[in-house]
Amino acid sequence: MKLSWREIKPGAVITEPGSSRNLRTGDWRNERPVVEKEKCNKCGICYLFCPEGAIYETEDGYFESHLYYCKGCGLCAHECPQGAIKMVLEV
Amino acid sequence: MKRVALEGSVAVAEAVRQSNVDVIAAYPITPQTHIVEKLSEMVVSGELDAEFVPVESEHSALSVCIGASACGARAFTATSGPGLALMAEIVFIASSMRLPMVMVLCNRTLSAPLSIWNDHSDAMLVRDSGWIQVFVNNAQEAYDHVFLGYRISEDHRVLIPYMIHMDGFFLTHAIEPVEPLDQEVVDKFLPPYQPLYRLDPSNPITMGAFVMPDQYAEVKKAQDEALKASYQVIVEVWEKWGELTGRFYKPVESFYLEDAEYAFLSVGSYGEVAQEAVEFLRKKGKKVGLLKLRLWRPFPFEELRKVLMGVKALLVIDRAICPGGPGGQVALEVRSAFYKMDGPRVVDFIVGISGRDATPEDYVKMFEMAPELLEKGPEDYIIYGVKE
Amino acid sequence: MRELEKIRFTRKNLPREEYFLSGHRGCQGCGEAVALRLAMKALGKDTIVACATGCIEIISSPFPETAWGVPWIHVAFENTAAVISGVEAALKVLMRKGRVPEKKIFCVGIAGDGGTADIGLQALSGALERGHDILYLCFDNEAYMNTGIQRSSATPFGAWTTTSPPGKKAKGQMTWKKNLPEIAIAHNIPYVATASPAYPYDLMTKVRRGAEVKGPAYVHIFSPCPTGWRCPSNLSIEVARLAVETGVFPLFEVIDGKWRINQPKKELKPVEEYLKLQGRFRHLDEETIKLIQKRVNEEWEKLKKKASLFPYEE
Repeated sequence: MKLSWREIKPGAVITEPGSSRNLRTGDWRNERPVVEKEKCNKCGICYLFCPEGAIYETEDGYFESHLYYCKGCGLCAHECPQGAIKMVLEV
Repeated sequence: MKRVALEGSVAVAEAVRQSNVDVIAAYPITPQTHIVEKLSEMVVSGELDAEFVPVESEHSALSVCIGASACGARAFTATSGPGLALMAEIVFIASSMRLPMVMVLCNRTLSAPLSIWNDHSDAMLVRDSGWIQVFVNNAQEAYDHVFLGYRISEDHRVLIPYMIHMDGFFLTHAIEPVEPLDQEVVDKFLPPYQPLYRLDPSNPITMGAFVMPDQYAEVKKAQDEALKASYQVIVEVWEKWGELTGRFYKPVESFYLEDAEYAFLSVGSYGEVAQEAVEFLRKKGKKVGLLKLRLWRPFPFEELRKVLMGVKALLVIDRAICPGGPGGQVALEVRSAFYKMDGPRVVDFIVGISGRDATPEDYVKMFEMAPELLEKGPEDYIIYGVKE
Repeated sequence: MRELEKIRFTRKNLPREEYFLSGHRGCQGCGEAVALRLAMKALGKDTIVACATGCIEIISSPFPETAWGVPWIHVAFENTAAVISGVEAALKVLMRKGRVPEKKIFCVGIAGDGGTADIGLQALSGALERGHDILYLCFDNEAYMNTGIQRSSATPFGAWTTTSPPGKKAKGQMTWKKNLPEIAIAHNIPYVATASPAYPYDLMTKVRRGAEVKGPAYVHIFSPCPTGWRCPSNLSIEVARLAVETGVFPLFEVIDGKWRINQPKKELKPVEEYLKLQGRFRHLDEETIKLIQKRVNEEWEKLKKKASLFPYEE
């Protein structure tokens, strides 16, 4: 939905912080991370290394990937010291 | 207030001080140097409470001003010729980002060859940069326009930076009578800058995003419309200034035009000398007049037409060349103002390249040359006085 | 500098807020995005960022969307340090004049290796010399990645890029990487550090130290780019780790001219372990790899020597 020239703020300033969160970057991925909770020791390393900030801590202290944003890069799976994350092909 | 004798550069520095400018960033280049030297003295003495940032190039000077203006600070810079050329990338950005500020351009020739002397080749480089641009004719006007510049550019209906073209050496280094304003008068006319948008952690905004082709034209049109619309605010504020000081500035200023057949059209300080020639010719019974073009951008099409429609021929005093093109830029634009109308012929004289002086006698000569040149086309401009 | 010592990020005080937000258009596995996200966590919300044209700017500011949760300004490619100098000067004077409430706001300039080592070097040098209270972060992905992987002066010896391709006349980039941290150190600023996203807490600590220190600070952040370095997207962190472990990108801090090396281990792994993971080095012959190893060893010895001559005493 494109703006008319009258609707554009002076200097094309963007006043809504983080509006990039509209974009479903999850559409980009081929693979999706799947966590084996039994192996996870809640170290949070996956949370640190996600380029998208898509990994979040759940109530019980485990870490999940927000699939709306996850691009399937596989960094979390590769870096997990416990090998608790596997990348699974999206079907 | 009493009139004092001030060097043009000092008058500008005084106005910057009285405007309570917050950030000054400049790189020295002749003939702007006296402005920045005076300003740094004022900052160090405590007369002016500002941050003086001695940047390492003109490109950085305007970049610092952008960063400062984006935070809500009143910013000032000045430069000349090649310095403007180096700054040029950022000149276009400052206006497209709609950031208010004032720049004094001490007009100087663009290299090569190197020359420190005055002409408008630097002004013409940034013709399309989207700034509000005015030409001043003397030190008083330069002083006045600093205040006008901040008042107009900071107006939320405008938000466009203001460039004051001031002839290098002729105006920057000459000592002229200037009537300074009382500080209370300035403070009432020019309140502190209230930005529409500013970089503030309590309200995080993004400035300078990139725009794709499917939206870019809209952004540019918005900018163009804003520059055109600023005309109203400029005229309104200049009128207020007239009421305040008795000095009324208009986009175009006419002298002896009521029954003029021929009229000089000047931009900048050379017009004051042309005015002497016009007065001399009038005494001889010649029907000649003078139009001083003050507002360069937004271009005052309507005003120009209104005032010059009856004139038979315009002798445009251009101060820069458009090599391989239609002569001087001012003649080009003036000619286009009368497109498809029964308007005046335009004779294009390029005068004073790199500061070569033109005396009233020279203007009389141009007036005498004019009748033979009436049927000339745009590519037949005359570089007056060039040694063949 | 005892105050700086107190600043240290660990799991316990890891900030949970994000200021570089999801939905940005970075490539899968972008090492620069990891580093930036961590840096922004360390800085927090009272930060103003001036950013150069480049990968970070492009992935984060596609009008009308923005990935930034802090005030952010982009002006041009080569003037980040000048723009952030203007921000710093403005805040200083506006607070002094009482027009803006007095508050500690970090003024941070962010640029890539291109916008720092090449076209941005002049503005950086000017800003550092003038002594503004700013933090400059160089996110080094070792080429002009955003415009399609062209070489910069930060491209390492032997690397393939589109403007330093290997062929008959050369084996990739034939000059050695410009040492930006040393250039910053030569300006005698209070804080210079190198950081890698493979050591996230160390990176965050250094960014915060740079922000808190009074005066100019420079942190050089190694930013693996799977797209330009030709490695799988899930190896960015491993590559960043190996760069440190092989001594290709050693970790250190220089605080008021005193050196402290933060290498995890005293012994360096052979550079080949680092090089072989990346397609941009695939064309290298044994002779060139030996040359690179020799150089890394020399630089490592020089670094240790400098640290022993001007050690930072805790």
